Amino acid sequence: MAGYIVRRTLGMVVLLVLLTLAVFVLFSLMPADPARLTCGKACSPQIIENNRHRLELDIPPVEQYQRFVSGIFFGRTYLADTKRPLECEAPCLGYSFLRNQEVLDLITKAAPVTFWLAIGGFVTWMTVGLVFGIVAALKRGRWQDRTVMGIALVGYSLPSFFIGLVLYFFVILFLHLLPNPQWKAGMPFKDLGGFVQTMLLPWITIATLNAAFYMRLTRNQVLEVFGEDYVRTARAKGLKERTVVVKHALRAGLTPIVTAAGLDLAYLLGGAIITENIFNLPGLGSLAIGSVIASDLPLISGITLIAATLIIVANLVVDLLYAVVDPRVRVG
Amino acid sequence: MTAAPHEILRVTDLRTYFPVRSRGLLPRVIGQVKAVDGVSLSLDSGETLGLVGESGSGKTTAARSILRLIKPTGGQIELEGVQIANLSQAALRPIRRKAQMIFQDPYNALNPRHTVGGIISAPFRIQGVEPPGGVKAAVQELMERVGLNPEHYNRYPNEFSGGQRQRIGVARAIALRPKLIVCDEPVSALDVSIQAQILNLLKDLQEEFGLAYLFVAHDLAVVRQISHRVAVMYLGHIVETATRPVMYSAPLHPYTHSLLSAVPVPDPRIQQTRERIMLQGDVPSPIDPPSGCVFRTRCFQAQERCAVEVPPLIEVVPEHKVACHFPITVDEVAARARAGKIEVPEAEEQMTGSVSGPHFVEPGPPHA
Amino acid sequence: MINVEEREGSAEPSPERPFLSIENLFVSFNTEDGVVRAIDGVSLSLERGRTLAVVGESGSGKSVTAQAIMGLVRSMGGHVSGEIWLDGQELNGLQPEEVQALRGSEMAMIFQDPMSSLHPFYRVGDQIVEAILAHRKIGKAAARKETLEMLKHVGIPAAERRIDAYPHQLSGGMRQRVMIGMALINSPQLLIADEPTTALDVTVQAQILELISTLKEEFGTTVILITHDLGIVADVADDVAVMYGGRLVEVGQTSTIYEAPEMPYTLGLLSSIPRMDRELPKRLDPIRGNPPSPINLPPGCVFQPRCNYSDRVANGACLSVRPELLPTAPGHLVRCHLPAEERQQISADVRRILAGAQR
Ligand SMILES: Nc1ncnc2c1ncn2[C@@H]1O[C@H](COP(=O)(O)OP(=O)(O)OP(=O)(O)O)[C@@H](O)[C@H]1O
Ligand SMILES: Nc1ncnc2c1ncn2[C@@H]1O[C@H](COP(=O)(O)OP(=O)(O)OP(=O)(O)O)[C@@H](O)[C@H]1O
Ligand code: SF4
Ligand SMILES: [Mg+2]
Ligand SMILES: [Mg+2]
Repeated sequence: MAGYIVRRTLGMVVLLVLLTLAVFVLFSLMPADPARLTCGKACSPQIIENNRHRLELDIPPVEQYQRFVSGIFFGRTYLADTKRPLECEAPCLGYSFLRNQEVLDLITKAAPVTFWLAIGGFVTWMTVGLVFGIVAALKRGRWQDRTVMGIALVGYSLPSFFIGLVLYFFVILFLHLLPNPQWKAGMPFKDLGGFVQTMLLPWITIATLNAAFYMRLTRNQVLEVFGEDYVRTARAKGLKERTVVVKHALRAGLTPIVTAAGLDLAYLLGGAIITENIFNLPGLGSLAIGSVIASDLPLISGITLIAATLIIVANLVVDLLYAVVDPRVRVG
Repeated sequence: MTAAPHEILRVTDLRTYFPVRSRGLLPRVIGQVKAVDGVSLSLDSGETLGLVGESGSGKTTAARSILRLIKPTGGQIELEGVQIANLSQAALRPIRRKAQMIFQDPYNALNPRHTVGGIISAPFRIQGVEPPGGVKAAVQELMERVGLNPEHYNRYPNEFSGGQRQRIGVARAIALRPKLIVCDEPVSALDVSIQAQILNLLKDLQEEFGLAYLFVAHDLAVVRQISHRVAVMYLGHIVETATRPVMYSAPLHPYTHSLLSAVPVPDPRIQQTRERIMLQGDVPSPIDPPSGCVFRTRCFQAQERCAVEVPPLIEVVPEHKVACHFPITVDEVAARARAGKIEVPEAEEQMTGSVSGPHFVEPGPPHA
Repeated sequence: MINVEEREGSAEPSPERPFLSIENLFVSFNTEDGVVRAIDGVSLSLERGRTLAVVGESGSGKSVTAQAIMGLVRSMGGHVSGEIWLDGQELNGLQPEEVQALRGSEMAMIFQDPMSSLHPFYRVGDQIVEAILAHRKIGKAAARKETLEMLKHVGIPAAERRIDAYPHQLSGGMRQRVMIGMALINSPQLLIADEPTTALDVTVQAQILELISTLKEEFGTTVILITHDLGIVADVADDVAVMYGGRLVEVGQTSTIYEAPEMPYTLGLLSSIPRMDRELPKRLDPIRGNPPSPINLPPGCVFQPRCNYSDRVANGACLSVRPELLPTAPGHLVRCHLPAEERQQISADVRRILAGAQR
């Protein structure tokens, strides 16, 4: 097991190196010239030249990459030759000259918003999805089943921007049931009420689509294990129906769902662009979209790196979790 | 139509190994499954060679390797005088029409989205053959021949029962008038009444077209019904080959004796008085086969020599080959059984825990 | 000795009622394609300590009969009617909890595929312990000790270690031994084995059949063995029930069924199988055609479309009238319109042809 984790971790590092490389190559192929973008209205060739120097775009690409990578581990100093050099301590993901901030600072500021958004949405959709999915499976073919599946179908066919906008207009602008969402630093620990008011609709927006998906997945998965021979064996042993359902059927049926959900959570943690935008939440999604629109390349690569790391780590965690739960899955 | 018998297939020292890999992002090869390990056999036109053996003995792998559906690791395969073991897939294409395969599972072997007509005519299309009178007429003739209603030309496989699907498989296999048909457990999934229908059909077709069959099965009674010669496989090796009457009445390999005695006979009087040789345990893992003779861990004849020396397949009597250091006749077995001396050696306990094999290897006898 | 009561079910438990008695059992399933009449009026009984083999083609209703006895059909979405008397108790009218208490203690079942029948997530020992604790109030340690004893008893070598193995770490034969141990752990009166060796190799099959026979003697268990292999039947059964199209078509002692079968289907089965103990026939003599669809059974004798002798029955009764399962000799019941002498004549002819191959 330990050997396996080491090997997987090494694999992860290789993957991340390739990823930074890919981001970097794309970065240098971009038609927009960052030096010109940071130049402002009164632009002159001289300023552009200075900017190029400031952004360290005048050194060879290989060295640029080296500095980027070594920045992550040892920190780096921009404009080492000027009077006011910019210190960026390790781990340094770069410096956004457009926003005049370190990329890592920007990300750490945005991350809690996305984190709470994702966790809340995740808990909501998993609860709804599992509970309704199991009920539908247990009441297969009856009205409960048909109702749940009907709801799932509707939820499934609504795009999240539509749900978000409808909720925003009706609940906030039209019915005034909730104040305009506004994220404040220090949430949720300061101002829990405001936090919930702000996040409620975003959570629902995120949960709807996924809950519909998970309802169907859970129902089908549970129905499938009910047909398994070992569930029949459990009944033939004379176990109580509850034990049969919970210990034998659900444990096996839900394992792949819960572990797979880990991956969905990881994707979300990388930023929920649409939802964050609709509800004006300053999370990673908003940050990412802003950086793309402004061609803020250090920020783009920083966010990409973080999101990718999350997904790769989640993959490893899910695989390990699976091996722990299902003895047939061997790692190593 | 049947010409004088001539050799269709000759297989020499066929080996097919599968690498065993560790899991993970950077898998390593940590062992080999020697699924087929030095198999030699030959087959004449109009002849059926039955290949029997327990699950995992490598029958399917051997069958598929011979048709080059799997790339063999080594050895020679000669089909009507052409060496095919090392041919490229492109070079194999024209040769494929000489050899066809019938599969075990009549449910999965047919594409559910194609009509029966489409399935049976596929070989014509693939080989670019235009039969006289057109494809449809030829297909309907084939359907008629295998006992399907030609009017069902446009139906889909799921509208047919298991036996009828196997007939579709047979029709497809004989479409191009091949010389050799490899049948991998063609009747194992069928009910006895249907099984008999298919066996009769295969026999009739053989007589009509002089087909050679390599007939893979684990049911010894079925193999007896259709085969002219029989080869017994165990853990990737052929341990005995003989003509059918000899194999069933005068086998020499201890494994063949045990196998034959384990088959229940549908007659209570015979069945309840029969001397049985009870083999202990299961077949060992092919990842880590026993040293020397692969059968020694379950063999009532095993002695020290068996653990160190691999017994070669030797022709002891014309047309009867055995791979055993201590072959034994039926009479000797019966005498020993009467004396109560058929015992399996207490084998040392083996476990395959070190490699990622799926099984514990089964050690000695149960203490029941 | 086996006998079948054709009378309508009387609810009184009578002292002379045999150990197991099934009366007028009907099982149906509603499916998208229509109502599947899986069991259409099965009645039979079995004396304590005997082994009954149920044979028949795929889909003839063997497994559903077994599952009906175990009270498992309702959880599969089927409808059951009729009476099932086990040891003086009627099962079909019981509350689900009451049947559940009998399952695994009074009656137990083993299944065809020992790989998929054990839960892949739990150690085999724990799965057996669970079966003990479901019915008896004993400590975990005692249950584990008993489990270990049972594993040794069913011939699992190094049981001390294998008790903590997961199913996938055992071979097919070992897993089936575990299943048998699990079924016998609460000393059931009735053991139903549904094709227990179909997924196993012949040499392992021989071991498992031997084990079942030994344990049966030892525990005095009554056994219902479901199989499609007439060789296994000859090996272990005292009585045989032949099923076709959801009903019994012939019932009798094993020797009767092999030596004087009368129903054309049974004869067809016997002539279909290739046999090792006979001279080779040039061709087998199979039953023609295919088994009927359980949704769309023929109106008369369900075997009529495949029967070679129906034209010998007067007035074409085979086409329109369902034959009854009637006694032809003590303990021998046959469902066929042919007159008894005619059937016996046909049977003698067929057996002569079969034996002819023997010379
Ligand atoms: N693609 C593969 N990769 C790895 N191992 C394989 C592969 N195919 C077969 N094997 C292994 O090779 C051995 C022989 O398998 P094969 O299917 O040829 O046996 P068989 O005699 O046909 O058995 P059965 O009666 O179960 O069909 C087995 O141990 C099997 O696990
Ligand atoms: N859960 C179910 N829903 C619908 N139909 C069913 C169900 N279970 C069984 N059947 C049908 O009942 C009939 C009898 O099935 P059963 O499983 O008893 O056959 P069997 O004799 O055991 O056959 P096999 O040899 O294939 O196991 C079949 O036609 C089958 O399709
Ligand atoms: S009742 Fe008629 S059709 Fe049925 S088995 Fe007897 S003779 Fe054949
Ligand atoms: Mg095979
Ligand atoms: Mg069944």
